[in-house]
Amino acid sequence: MATPLVVSDVAKSFTMHLRDGIRLPVVAGVSFSIRAGECTVLGGPSGAGKSSILKMLYGNYAVDEGQIIVHHDGGLIDLATASPRTVLGVRRQTIGYVSQFLRTVPRVTALDVVAEPLVERGEDREAARLKARTLLAQLNLPEKLWSLPPATFSGGEQQRVNIARGFITDHPILLLDEPTASLDARNREVVIDLIAAKKAAGVALLGIFHDHDVREAVADRVIDVTAFAAGKIAA
Amino acid sequence: MTDEPLLRVSALSKFYGSRVGCENITFDLWPGEVLAIVGESGSGKTTLLNCLSTRLLPSSGTASYRMRDGQWRELYRMSEAERRFLMRTDWGFVHQNPADGLRMTVSAGANVGERLMAVGDRHYGNIRATAVDWLSRVEIDEDRIDDEPRSFSGGMRQRLQIARNLVTGPRLVFMDEPTGGLDVSVQARLLDLLRGLVTDLGLAAIVVTHDLAVARLLSQRMMVMKDGHVVESGLTDRVLDDPRAPYTQLLVSSILQV
Repeated sequence: MATPLVVSDVAKSFTMHLRDGIRLPVVAGVSFSIRAGECTVLGGPSGAGKSSILKMLYGNYAVDEGQIIVHHDGGLIDLATASPRTVLGVRRQTIGYVSQFLRTVPRVTALDVVAEPLVERGEDREAARLKARTLLAQLNLPEKLWSLPPATFSGGEQQRVNIARGFITDHPILLLDEPTASLDARNREVVIDLIAAKKAAGVALLGIFHDHDVREAVADRVIDVTAFAAGKIAA
Repeated sequence: MTDEPLLRVSALSKFYGSRVGCENITFDLWPGEVLAIVGESGSGKTTLLNCLSTRLLPSSGTASYRMRDGQWRELYRMSEAERRFLMRTDWGFVHQNPADGLRMTVSAGANVGERLMAVGDRHYGNIRATAVDWLSRVEIDEDRIDDEPRSFSGGMRQRLQIARNLVTGPRLVFMDEPTGGLDVSVQARLLDLLRGLVTDLGLAAIVVTHDLAVARLLSQRMMVMKDGHVVESGLTDRVLDDPRAPYTQLLVSSILQV
C-alpha cells in the first residue's frame, strides 16, 4: 500500500451565518496523494489553508466538495462523506494527528494523556504507560512533570506531551500541524529523529513546518498550497 | 466494538397538544459511545431524553433497544413492568438534581445497595462491600457510608447518584445536565470522574447539556437541537470547530473565553 491516502478535488469554504451569510473560500481543487515511508510537507504562507487541509483529513473540518480516500481496515473509505462512527474508527486505527496545541483535561496526568491513544486501541494500560515514559524521556520532559496534569506546563512542555501522544501509536498515517513551533533546538532535533523513525517504519507523514531547518531535514516532497487558493476575497 | 447498535431511534416525535416537544428525531447509538444533545432551554432536548428513557411516551416514532440476550425490543411496546426492570438494571438515569435520583432519607450505602437488591443480590456482606467499593470509585470516603445524602454537599450527592446508577453495570446511561447547579471546581472533578468511568466501563451514554464544554469533554458525537428539531449533528469536535448551521454558529460564538 504505497499511497494510503489520496485527496481529489477537495474544496472548503466557511459560511458565516452571523455575518450576513458571508462566504469565505479557503481552498478549492485540492488534489494530492501521500506515500508510505515519506514525509510530505504542505507549504505556503499563513492563511493559505494548510491547517484547514489537515483538519479535513482528520475529519475535524467538514468537506464541501471532493473526496478523501483512505485505506482503512482492509478497505477504502471516503472521509469526506464517512459517518462519525467511521471517522472515529479511522482516528483510532489509521490516522494519527499532532495538533498545534494540546487540549488538556482536568486531573489527567501527562503520562496518561500520552498513553491514552494506545489504551483506546485496547493495549494494556501499564504497557502503554511504559511506552509513554520512553517517549517523554526521549523528548526531555523532566520526569517530575510526568505525574502532573499538563494544564500548567509551558508551551514547549505541552507541545512535547502532544508530540509524544501523537507518536506513541503505529498509525499508518500521521498528520503533523507545526509540531516544532515552540520547541528549542535540542528538542527539534529529537522530533526530526522521531519523524525519521516513522518514515523507516513505513508511515506516511503529512505535515506543516514553518521552521526552515526542520522542513529541510524531514521533507521528501513539498506541496505548495497556494496552488489551491480559492479566489481569495478581501476580508 | 460490535457492529450492531445498542439503540435505534426512528422518526421520534412528541407533541404537547399542538406544540412541538421534539420532532422527527432519528439516530443510532453504539455500545461505548457518548452522544451529547445540546441546545438552549426549551429546545426539546429534555423531552427527547425523557422519551428515550421511556419516562415519557412519544406521540409517534419508534425506539428499539438491543437487550443483553441480543434480542431487539421496541421500547414503547414493552409492558410497564419490563420497562421498569430495564430501568433498574441495564439502564441508569442521572438527574440534574440528585434529590430526584436518590432516596434522601436512607443511608448512602443503602442508596447504592438498593439497586443491587433490585437485581437479586441478597447477601448483606456482598452488598455492603460493593457499596464501599463504589463509594470509593466516586471518591466518597468509606466512613460516610451510613450517613444520609441529606447531609452531603451538592457535588457529593451527584457522585452518589452516579454510583447508585452504575453499580448494576448498566449498558446505557441517560444524563440530564449532570453538572448543572454545581460549582466549576466541583464540575471539573465530576466531569473527569464521569469521563474515566465511561471509558473504563465502556458505557453508552446520552448526555443532555447546555454546556458545550461538557459536551466536548464527554462526548464523541453531538446533536444540536432548536425548537424541537435537530439542526446539526456529527462528530463533537467537527460540530464545535466547524459549525455549519446558523444556530450552532451562534451557540459556539456565544461561549465566553476565560
